[in-house]
Amino acid sequence: MEDAIILKYGISPDDFTRAGEASSDVKSKLKQMGVSPEAVRKVAIAMYEGEINMVIHAKGGEITVQITPDRIIMELADVGPGIPDVELAMKAGYSTAPDEIRSLGFGAGMGLPNMKKYTDEMKIDTTVGVGTTITMVVKL
Amino acid sequence: MAMTVEDVRAALGARVLVGREHLDREVRSACGSDMMSDVLAFSKDHSVLLTGLVNPQVVRTAEMLDIVCIIFIRGKKADEKLLEMARERDLVVLETGHRMFTACGLLYQAGLRGGAV
Repeated sequence: MEDAIILKYGISPDDFTRAGEASSDVKSKLKQMGVSPEAVRKVAIAMYEGEINMVIHAKGGEITVQITPDRIIMELADVGPGIPDVELAMKAGYSTAPDEIRSLGFGAGMGLPNMKKYTDEMKIDTTVGVGTTITMVVKL
Repeated sequence: MAMTVEDVRAALGARVLVGREHLDREVRSACGSDMMSDVLAFSKDHSVLLTGLVNPQVVRTAEMLDIVCIIFIRGKKADEKLLEMARERDLVVLETGHRMFTACGLLYQAGLRGGAV
């Protein structure tokens, strides 16, 4: 696509303290580009929730962010366990995160609902035992 | 009613750990939770976050939401690494001995609200 800027991040597994570094980097880059604060915040929150999910559930993965003049497309791809029941996973409050994650402040079952709430489009492509790719779009 | 971080600090009798130079910043709403995803569901301008959770993800959550001030309740101690992260992001960090219910009550009494959902 013309004028598209592409950012790629490898998300390392089992490093909860570093989770969010990619989202933080995207946020500051978008700010520098002069993207509206409202759009920057939507992208940052949605991507951060996704990034946390990749660390908690999927042993890391890869995030690609495509910035075009009229939209920001985030693709979060992992080779984790997959989501057996997407409809259930989308329910606010439903979580399969272990207690240790809850004690770190996550696993309230709000990750996927928040990602949907802050983006204009969200698609979940998942196969149990193969992995999950979530594509989210924020329109500018 | 317009409040500042200093008004919030005074209402709680809180101690400033980071960001003494930003106490004149405007505060319009507040959110209190130990679950960061519940906090992330809440996105309002010029907010303060009250939490009993002390780990780097609190700072990241505040960063994503453009929160102006983090308040650690029940005398929870933040380590230097966390405070350094907050400093790098121009956040204010306060510490109060009050528990969540009391801290929220004091701020509500001082005129602060949660903002519409």
